[in-house]
Amino acid sequence: MQTAFDEMNAAGTVTRAHYEAYARWLAEQPESLMRERREQAELIFRRVGITFAVYGDKDSGEGTERLIPFDLIPRVIPASEWTSMQAGLAQRVTALNRFIHDVYHDQEILKAGIVPADEILNNAQFRPEMMGVDVPGGVYSHISGVDIVRAGNTDGTGSYYVLEDNLRVPSGVSYMLENRKMMMRLFPELFTGHRVAPVAHYPDLLLDTLRSVAPQGVSDPTVVVLTPGMYNSAYFEHAFLAQQMGVELVEGQDLFVDGGFVYMRTTRGPKRVDVIYRRLDDDFLDPKVFRADSTLGCAGLVDAYKAGKVTLSNAIGTGIADDKSIYPYVPKMIEFYLGEKPILQNVPTYVCRDKDDLAYTLAHLSELVVKEVHGAGGYGMLVGPAATKDEVEAFRAQLVANPGNYIAQPTLSLSTCPTFVESGVAPRHIDLRPFVLSGASVRMVPGGLTRVALKEGSLVVNSSQGGGTKDTWVLED
Amino acid sequence: MLSRTADHLFWLSRYIERAENTARMLDIVYQTSLQPQSAEESEQSWRSLVSISELNSLYNAKYASIDSRSVMDFMVADENNQSSIFNCLRAARENARAVRGALTTEVWETMNQTWLEFRRLLREGVLTRDPSALFEWVKYRSHLSRGVTVGTMLQDEAFHFIRIGSFLERADNTARLLDVKFYRQEQSQGEHDAARDFYYWSAVLRSVSGFEIYRKVYSNVIQPDKVAELLILRPDMPRSMSHCITRMLANLKRVANPQSGETLRRVGRLEAELAFARIDEIQAGGLHPFLDGFLAEVADLGASISRDFLVPST
Repeated sequence: MQTAFDEMNAAGTVTRAHYEAYARWLAEQPESLMRERREQAELIFRRVGITFAVYGDKDSGEGTERLIPFDLIPRVIPASEWTSMQAGLAQRVTALNRFIHDVYHDQEILKAGIVPADEILNNAQFRPEMMGVDVPGGVYSHISGVDIVRAGNTDGTGSYYVLEDNLRVPSGVSYMLENRKMMMRLFPELFTGHRVAPVAHYPDLLLDTLRSVAPQGVSDPTVVVLTPGMYNSAYFEHAFLAQQMGVELVEGQDLFVDGGFVYMRTTRGPKRVDVIYRRLDDDFLDPKVFRADSTLGCAGLVDAYKAGKVTLSNAIGTGIADDKSIYPYVPKMIEFYLGEKPILQNVPTYVCRDKDDLAYTLAHLSELVVKEVHGAGGYGMLVGPAATKDEVEAFRAQLVANPGNYIAQPTLSLSTCPTFVESGVAPRHIDLRPFVLSGASVRMVPGGLTRVALKEGSLVVNSSQGGGTKDTWVLED
Repeated sequence: MLSRTADHLFWLSRYIERAENTARMLDIVYQTSLQPQSAEESEQSWRSLVSISELNSLYNAKYASIDSRSVMDFMVADENNQSSIFNCLRAARENARAVRGALTTEVWETMNQTWLEFRRLLREGVLTRDPSALFEWVKYRSHLSRGVTVGTMLQDEAFHFIRIGSFLERADNTARLLDVKFYRQEQSQGEHDAARDFYYWSAVLRSVSGFEIYRKVYSNVIQPDKVAELLILRPDMPRSMSHCITRMLANLKRVANPQSGETLRRVGRLEAELAFARIDEIQAGGLHPFLDGFLAEVADLGASISRDFLVPST
């Protein structure tokens, strides 16, 4: 039912229209030049220190910091596709924010029977502390990273699907920005021949978004970025965003709560903090409320937050909306809250707590991907087509014993994009993570971060498992 | 600015300065070792390097004897020696990485590049092949760090804390150098000859880029009391104790806060003492007690600066 879809090449040797100019240019470049450029890119990334930290490595210094492989061939999206994707993203994130607000207030969607109440109330991501708490503008997820893939249809066209919504602390936007800078540095001539929509204003939009959700009555809010510290794998991004926005990069030890307000320790005494863009999970925010052993957060922060004295971005408790068990209900949320048809599709999902869906799943186990709803990182997952008979049967037993714990989806064939690998230019699977900003309004920069699975045939795009990134071009008409 | 940020900036520049001063001293001893000298003299001068940094016990625990190869390894590449150039450049880079947002891109890239390049040079065996080239390189990377800081950074608090760190560390290093060199000279009284003295004191001067300056200032033969005067009291000599304290005070004034009054007063007093002292007076009281007192005061000022700005209690 699904066929391979390549972003650049249609069936046979036909280049898709939006890639024509690039393909012509690429054909003229000798391989040696591309290799040279790739080395140059690596040197620059290393010098600039665009790295992610690797844990458990004794050798400090460059050894613990790896580069995320950068691929020279951009992923190109035509303007028309982006226009509808953008509308779909804004719609989806708006509905998700409405949903989170509803869950922590009147729970209309539960009363209407659209989302089963126990899916919410028994969910580990549900934060009872947030019941009845009002957040500025009713916006919870200010920064959302929505993972989108494209899969081929039998008629040769491709369709975009949302794979998951990341509403806690999505990362990767710094790579989106640095990849563009790198491409412009390595291949300036490409940018005179293509009308590539710029992305460099992202930090500006981010700062504007964060300022727009400051506590009521604060006219010139002080915004900070809260990082777990320089040994966190995404530290580069935290430092980068703070610098680009011109705000302080703080650690938990720099903050304290006094008289209900949050302050940072400065060389001139305490300074009040109004908006915290926290790059820290809920669990670590406040040892008095969540994990008592956390030294990364700040004692008393949650009380100050609930009293409306400081804004946390994203809000506490957004995980309830990006949980795998909730994902299947997002299209219905869009209809429920907005009265609109979803513009972006979900991957068809069988909810095994439902009798019919369970029956279908059991009958098609060897074709489906079955996921544990609260699992993460690929644990408790069955990839039917890749599993042995025994594995399928073992999983069947687990599934029958506890169907409510699973969802199933068809095995998606992610689209491919030509990629410059050791053997030359070859197709590799990709996904896309646009970053959606929600404050006084919903905004985003065109495109997002394209991740690519560098191993032949692999569908795993994670940087920890051999994934790389590409520049993402949205072409203006 | 964040206290923690100021702390990282202060140490970032101290470590770079320390790496530079270590390279300077190593280079001079190495250059001197190329001239004819007795085995005892040679051992003495290598040992003095270890004593300047107060690292005798750490060194003795690891090496059986004092020789050029071991001391250079210990002071340059030893990962267990917190004062080795290796560890100074790593610490400078780690401090920079912790606050890269407070630095200009150029400053951060200079720190990062220095660390990456230094490791490459060590791997390629430059320390064995051509030690002077490596010391020269370290010195020039420090010049570059300073230049790129002065040339690109906004002259705000971040800048002033970087400068305070540099001058505090340099004042300390110059005083240590003088203390060790004069002490050694006093120990070997009675066997002076003019040529030996010339090489000895000119090496001291060269290690602080002071040889040409000495000639320009005094137009005279090299005399120990004038060397001391130049390196302690001369206000326009960039590596003199007087100059360092004056610059430290100027930068401290720019970041003064309600807690820092006492620290400022003490730095001001120290500046005045150096500005109005005479070298013969200092020598009458003994150079060693004077330098010892200075080093203790500088260490204490470092702690006061920490208390006032860098790690406040609330």
